[in-house]
Amino acid sequence: MNGTPRCPRGIVAYLVAAAFLVAAVLVSTLVGAADLNPLSTVAALADRIPFVHLPSGLGPVDRAVLFQIRLPRIVLGAMVGGLLAVAGAGYQGVFRNPLVDSGMLGASAGAGLGATIAIVYLSGLGPAAVPAAAFAGSLAGVAVAYLAGAVSGSGPATLLLAGVAVSMFLTAVQTYLLQRSASDLEQVYSWLLGSLSGATWSQALEILPYAAVSTAVVLLHGRWLDVLSVGDDEARTLGVRPERVRLIVIAACALAAASAVAVSGLIGFVGIVVPHIVRRLAGISYRLVLPLSLLAGAGFLVLADTLARTVLSPAELPIGVVTALVGSPAFVWILRSTRSVRT
Amino acid sequence: MTAVEVRDLAVDLDRMPILHGVSCAAGSGGWLALIGPNGAGKTTLLRAVAGLLPHRGEVLLGGDGAGALSGRDRARLIAYVPQEPVLPPDMTVAEYVLLGRTPYVSYLGGPGRSDRAAAERAASRLGVSVFADRRLASLSGGERKRVVLARALAQDPRVLLLDEPTASLDIGHQQQVLDLVDELRRTGGLTVLSTLHDLTTAGQYADALVLLHQGRIEAAGPAASVLTEDRIARVYAAHVAVRTDPDGSTVVTPVRRPPDGG
Repeated sequence: MNGTPRCPRGIVAYLVAAAFLVAAVLVSTLVGAADLNPLSTVAALADRIPFVHLPSGLGPVDRAVLFQIRLPRIVLGAMVGGLLAVAGAGYQGVFRNPLVDSGMLGASAGAGLGATIAIVYLSGLGPAAVPAAAFAGSLAGVAVAYLAGAVSGSGPATLLLAGVAVSMFLTAVQTYLLQRSASDLEQVYSWLLGSLSGATWSQALEILPYAAVSTAVVLLHGRWLDVLSVGDDEARTLGVRPERVRLIVIAACALAAASAVAVSGLIGFVGIVVPHIVRRLAGISYRLVLPLSLLAGAGFLVLADTLARTVLSPAELPIGVVTALVGSPAFVWILRSTRSVRT
Repeated sequence: MTAVEVRDLAVDLDRMPILHGVSCAAGSGGWLALIGPNGAGKTTLLRAVAGLLPHRGEVLLGGDGAGALSGRDRARLIAYVPQEPVLPPDMTVAEYVLLGRTPYVSYLGGPGRSDRAAAERAASRLGVSVFADRRLASLSGGERKRVVLARALAQDPRVLLLDEPTASLDIGHQQQVLDLVDELRRTGGLTVLSTLHDLTTAGQYADALVLLHQGRIEAAGPAASVLTEDRIARVYAAHVAVRTDPDGSTVVTPVRRPPDGG
């Protein structure tokens, strides 16, 4: 038996995903309100690589546009997209369900409630309060959902139902708060729809530790998610403790999604669409699906953000609207194709 | 030497007692078949031995209590094949068989060269190497059974627990699977503990039968002593004729009563 039939396919998939990300970054760097000369831009980027020295010929304004506006936004978008996609893929492994998203376990509703509280009640604390509250709210939402699921019984289905219940509860609270404070409606709404328009290098640096730790933990558990795919009983007779794997992966995915939500607001569909496309290209082993989702999710969101800031330029579309416009039809396509696989 | 032994095993499910103090043992390289009507507790006994159910009493593996073993250590000694294993439809046969190496792989590592070699050995012993790259969803019923057995064999277990290994197979594939299992235990020193619903087949393949009835052992021993017309009539509420073939095997044949008023 050829024990490594996936390897060539895996390498091809890695190359495709990496090329997609590089292409997305290049396109996004070159497209925008300020016209940057493509060759000079590439030279300016290459100049930053250690031991490479290239005169780019970019003026100080162009350099500022490139390094202080466009690049931080691209890097942050890539981080957010990668985190959302890897968290979505992780949750799909935990729940053995390709339609689960990182938002379903209370994360999005918790973040929404956190951000709303910060905007409505904590506006005196300055702009930093919103991402911090969204981050905390997202994690708290998942924690409550996990505990509610754990006291209601074991197994992924119970946990998912608890997540749905907690999400509805938190959303109801958030809607009530918002309805009492209509003056903040616009600000909350624009946060809920997601945006990368205020991206800075410091935001990217702030979420980097959380992003790195959570991604590393999720990626290291790909093989255990593969084992869980044969069901809890059989996983247990293979020496695995399904509850422990689920807890670790859920915690890491919650951290990944919370870091993304803190800097970008709620961006839907990345976590469902990207892993699904990856599965079609590279098979279902989470050892491949997780890292490939990271790369492809990064590329996907960079492209989506490029659309968001250029389609109606100089106005911007909320990025959540762009991903939903792409994501909703894709969702229908997923439903159709999963049905055709099962029959 | 006894490879697997249960002593005074009792299991409650949802506060309903399912097994009441069952004791039985299978010697190394032996095949012990659990028989009994639906709901007698056969699967429950198997799952308790697999470590999947809380229970009272003891499960001994090679003379040592299994309760003290970690999940990984237990998984290196016992492989369990449920009646309807979960087969992820898009997983390939090779990936699936390799899952059997899970108890040997370190927490953060991946399967190494020796794990792949062990999985390949298991696959070729069960003749599934030739379709290693096929998706599980594309396999026939007989192929599935062999693939699942290959995964169990990749665990390098001492004891193989099989829940109705012949369910939903035609008579030819039933014999094929049972012959394979028999060969594994004869050549590999595996001990087999299985439930089997066909009494004749159970008698032909297992060297001892345990007849469970309402969570208790009704009879145990060689087929000729366990399978009697009276006992089967009482336990199964079935009408059968039991005879002994010239080759010594015990054959149980259902007998149809004449219709009422006929």
